[in-house]
Amino acid sequence: MKKTGFYNQHKELNAKMVSFAGFEMPIQYPKGIIHEHKLVRSSVGMFDVSHMGEFFVQGPEALDLVQKLITNDASKLEIGQVLYTAMCYEDGGIVDDLLTYKIADDHYMLVVNGSNIDKDYEWVEKNAVGFDCEIRNESDEYLLLAVQGPKSKETIKKLTDCNLDDMEFYRFAYDQTLAGVPAIVSRTGYTGELGYELYFKGGEAEAKKVWDALMEAGAEFGIEAVGLGCRDTLRLEKGYVLYGNDITQDTNPIEAGLGWITKLAKDDFNGKSVLEKVKADNPDRRLVGFEVTADRFIARQGYKLFKGEEEIGFVTSGNLSPSLDKPIGMGYVKWDYKDPETEIEIEARGKRFPATVKKMPLI
Amino acid sequence: MKFPEDLKYTDDHEWVRVEGNIATIGVTDHAASELGDVVYIDIEMDGVVSKGDTLGTIEAVKTVADLYSPISGTITEVNTGLNDNPEVVNNDAYGEGWIVKIELSDSSELDELMDADSYKASIGH
Repeated sequence: MKKTGFYNQHKELNAKMVSFAGFEMPIQYPKGIIHEHKLVRSSVGMFDVSHMGEFFVQGPEALDLVQKLITNDASKLEIGQVLYTAMCYEDGGIVDDLLTYKIADDHYMLVVNGSNIDKDYEWVEKNAVGFDCEIRNESDEYLLLAVQGPKSKETIKKLTDCNLDDMEFYRFAYDQTLAGVPAIVSRTGYTGELGYELYFKGGEAEAKKVWDALMEAGAEFGIEAVGLGCRDTLRLEKGYVLYGNDITQDTNPIEAGLGWITKLAKDDFNGKSVLEKVKADNPDRRLVGFEVTADRFIARQGYKLFKGEEEIGFVTSGNLSPSLDKPIGMGYVKWDYKDPETEIEIEARGKRFPATVKKMPLI
Repeated sequence: MKFPEDLKYTDDHEWVRVEGNIATIGVTDHAASELGDVVYIDIEMDGVVSKGDTLGTIEAVKTVADLYSPISGTITEVNTGLNDNPEVVNNDAYGEGWIVKIELSDSSELDELMDADSYKASIGH
């Protein structure tokens, strides 16, 4: 099991550690997921997400390779801009969802899910054959902290010369320093709040330096370390999909509601012809959000969805929404049942629990 | 983490406090900590229960767990205070966080439960 550079910090804070993506990661700290969730919505929390993967594509044909790999259109990116996208197999199944950073005209960074690093890199390598560019997997070298919440900007501002006031959402600055450590400062996140993701290289020493500096800078706002547990509840409320739950290699971006990052007008890319057909015919099913209306029941991944006697789909993510204080979730339903306010039922433990399809985001 | 000496414990991480022929039942600090934030407790059973019956479910943010009856008897009271304040299961597992009371039908079953030391050993404390 791998450890991130922040392992000692997690231990000191008595985090509950779990195995995730091959790393020992903090799922929560002693105050719990609901507390951490509310802290990020109301002030600022700091996530160690160093398990995420960083690939670099550099060379004269870097853009051509990126364009072949991803469903979104990187040709329109400006230097310093980030793009959310999917990456598909030839059959339209999703390899991963990822961020594409344009560092220079011939230099891109791809940030992928930690649990997919190996298979993603294999896929990128396979596709890179014949392109005039080099690819590098620097996932083991980069540490990554996500500082998220309305007070994140004021916290980070104290530690960098980077002009955060002029940095828009999905923009980044490549050659920055944070608490004296060279860093990439990116206005991105997975919480739906104002937030930043801070990439830097190093070991335990750099990790401790940046961690301690952020804790001190955020102290006046009550900053705390927060774990993967609230990362999941925060993203679910905002309708952000999670690879392995809501999207997998057995789902395609059209049915997953990721049509907005699938640019079918773009030149050829992996999966394009299949996705064009799916789009033209309408998919058989659609990922939807729902609110559970039953009393005292939380939908969990894998529970079946029903309309009357007909099985219409399954739950992919479910949890309590700490913001709404109601159980919410996501799941695939047959196309005819995708519309908001459709009444459905969830089966668990031999019983049925009512739920209502809702427009996403849920908050 | 506390494991009061005057309670009995089960493999399923429940505690039992016996007063006269009434057993008060809850889940241990260890269980509450493993579950994380408890958000709902749904006691579905009513009336007569046998040892091992599923009394209901505990939903936490991370997971759901069944609650089993550690003893046989008749449910006399359910802690309805948990409907509004389920977090007391995390904060006061052996006090305000009690879940049900059962009138014992076979007090010899109590002998099969663990004492605090055995329970602690069973969870590696």
